[in-house]
Amino acid sequence: MRTCELTNLVEIDVSENNMEISRLGALAYDPAPESAALAKLQPSYGLFIDGAFTDPSKHQQFATLNPATGLPLAMVAQADVRDVDHAVKAARRAYDNVWSTMSGAERGKYLFRIARLIQERARELAVVETLDNGKPIRESRDIDLPLAAAHFFYYAGWADKLDHAGFGSSPQPIGVAGQIIPWNFPLLMAAWKLAPALAAGNTCVLKPAETTPLSALILAEILEQAELPAGVVNILTGDGSTGSALVAHPGIDKIAFTGSTEVGRLIQERLASTDKRLTLELGGKGANIVFEDAPIDEVVEGIIDGIFFNQGHVCCAGSRLLVQESVADEVLRRLVRRVDQLRVGDPLDKNTDVGAINSAAQLEKIRELTAYGELEGATRYTSSCRLPDTGYWFSPTIFADVSQSHRIAREEIFGPVLSMLTFRTPEEAVAKANNTKYGLACGVWSEKGSRTLWVAERLRAGVVWANTYNRFDPTSPFGGMRESGFGREGGRHGLEAYLNV
Amino acid sequence: MSKKRLEVRKTYKLLINGAFPRSESGRTYEVKTAKGAYWANIAQGSKKDVREAVYAARVAQPKWWAASAYNRGQVIYRLAEMAESRRDELTEHVQVAEGLKTKEAQAVVARSIDRIVWYAGWTDKITQVFGGANPVAGPFFNFSMPVPSGVIAVIAPQDSSLEGFVDAVLAPVTVGNSVVVLASERRPTPALLLGEMTATSDFPGGVFNIVTGITSELASTLATHEDVDGLDLEGAGAQAGELAVAGAATIKRVLRPAASDDSSLRRLRAFVETSTVWHTVGQ
Repeated sequence: MRTCELTNLVEIDVSENNMEISRLGALAYDPAPESAALAKLQPSYGLFIDGAFTDPSKHQQFATLNPATGLPLAMVAQADVRDVDHAVKAARRAYDNVWSTMSGAERGKYLFRIARLIQERARELAVVETLDNGKPIRESRDIDLPLAAAHFFYYAGWADKLDHAGFGSSPQPIGVAGQIIPWNFPLLMAAWKLAPALAAGNTCVLKPAETTPLSALILAEILEQAELPAGVVNILTGDGSTGSALVAHPGIDKIAFTGSTEVGRLIQERLASTDKRLTLELGGKGANIVFEDAPIDEVVEGIIDGIFFNQGHVCCAGSRLLVQESVADEVLRRLVRRVDQLRVGDPLDKNTDVGAINSAAQLEKIRELTAYGELEGATRYTSSCRLPDTGYWFSPTIFADVSQSHRIAREEIFGPVLSMLTFRTPEEAVAKANNTKYGLACGVWSEKGSRTLWVAERLRAGVVWANTYNRFDPTSPFGGMRESGFGREGGRHGLEAYLNV
Repeated sequence: MSKKRLEVRKTYKLLINGAFPRSESGRTYEVKTAKGAYWANIAQGSKKDVREAVYAARVAQPKWWAASAYNRGQVIYRLAEMAESRRDELTEHVQVAEGLKTKEAQAVVARSIDRIVWYAGWTDKITQVFGGANPVAGPFFNFSMPVPSGVIAVIAPQDSSLEGFVDAVLAPVTVGNSVVVLASERRPTPALLLGEMTATSDFPGGVFNIVTGITSELASTLATHEDVDGLDLEGAGAQAGELAVAGAATIKRVLRPAASDDSSLRRLRAFVETSTVWHTVGQ
């Protein structure tokens, strides 16, 4: 695989073009691949139930693929209804006998151990994550792994401080939590789910995504190394049927789901007539709002990061760009030039900016929606980078002249595709940003703090980033409004999802 | 090999600015075990040592506060890791100093280490617990955050040589202050061991400063020092009243000795200031 090289530049005059190319020539990096061998993968993995891995040969198995090559990485087990039952019962025993009766300080020390073990094995986990997911190693190394460790560290500290969290004295856990996580940040989402649940005193049955099960299985090894009591965390790999069985199991007290709004809706329907608790972190169609006074260079970097981070496989991705009309041409010109400079290719290469699309199915969905973009009349700019021959790839793409009724402005593409619209007044920016069924995240770019806050107060979004985008921190609550779901992960607020309050 | 090996003994020193000097005065005083036997010669710090320590603390405090809350939490957790690996040594010293049975001393050490972990978890939570947004009636975004008072002088408990010391010292450090501590006069060695551990826990030098010596001689230097922002009088005994009065001259935040349980946030609240920011909201 090769990283993207610049060939043609759009809408730039000849003299500037020459300058660009000579400048970029100096940036033609040699490949700098991280070693895949660091992953130390086993040929096959069982399920992690009641503190031990089951025998892989006892299960139906399926291969998890490297999306950058299309080749299998390892075989994992397909958990069936009986496995779910065993896991839920193990979690219940662990809840009744060990975890709910343990002091918060002792629970916290287990979580600190887990945080430290993740830090110690960060490089191995980063490689595993990149192999299984397709995301650039730069991101898994610098974002996914540090944040996952930090999340455990943060909630470890809460375990013996629940009295001070603002939920009254001695808030109690809920019980056994079923947790279903997506494939875009496999380990980080596991951390977001497990850390607060365990800190609050719950036990867990975690189902990683079908296409990205490996880092959760390494996490299971870490839980063994931490000597976490058996059954406190159980990890079941499998497809949607496993998640479905988990949702349906009567022994579950709470479901926490991160994934598509479509599946979230089904889960809410399934639980609507039960007493099971539910939190949902679903899709989004984040708007990045750019006012004319914003510093354009920073804006361009922010927009690029907002949509092309993790190939756009981000529920809070800034997939809609709202630019004030007076600067729209300039922003577009610079964006188109910048998108051409993104290095697309081998996710293990430390210079790669945009990695592989996670699966054939996701690639198909992105292709379908972008085809609609052209069909409905938007103007398409696609990076001229060369794509590798094998695996799943999509060139970073920007659509201009997008109207609010276009599918690419309304539907979550979950890929490296940006839809640009314009506005004239702050009221119009707010109206357009809120013109979506989602409400997860927005960005506001302006040097004028008062206006940023005025806009932020009116945005129906769970998170608003000002002059930055895609920032995450264990201390900061994250989650959506409207059809982006309910409940918060992170911060003091994230405890509420796992407390009987 | 049946001959008993002669142990190598340690000279106990002060901890100032990340280094371990003797007292500039050259003085020492003898500390005895709880049973009355000779235990060690301890550096008898001077007023000049105290002033050096305050200066180091003042310089170090902005560095410590500039670190992220997460980073400060990890550094304090590192101290717990260091203490855990030297549990036996701490136990011996607590036992000798306080005259406890082995099991009792072990329990004191275990509680002390867990207390350090408790504080490690507070660094990135006090802002949310003590601070928040304020719904003012007007077009303003208004929020309040706890920020450290600065340099805190701690007169450590005289009896609880480790557990009480940990609580009195870690609380101000957790919220971002630097400290100058007068260790227990009669039982200083557990504190000095913990001081040694701070040197291998990535604390910036000068965040922890420990001065040993005669409390009645040194405490007033701290209470009257103009560059000390707060005063914890836990171990001041009968002197507490006059020291509190002395602290009033420079409007020090003074924490007087009081009974409190483990879940009390009294110490965490004692040495923080509330900083409130107003920001306009409008197009």
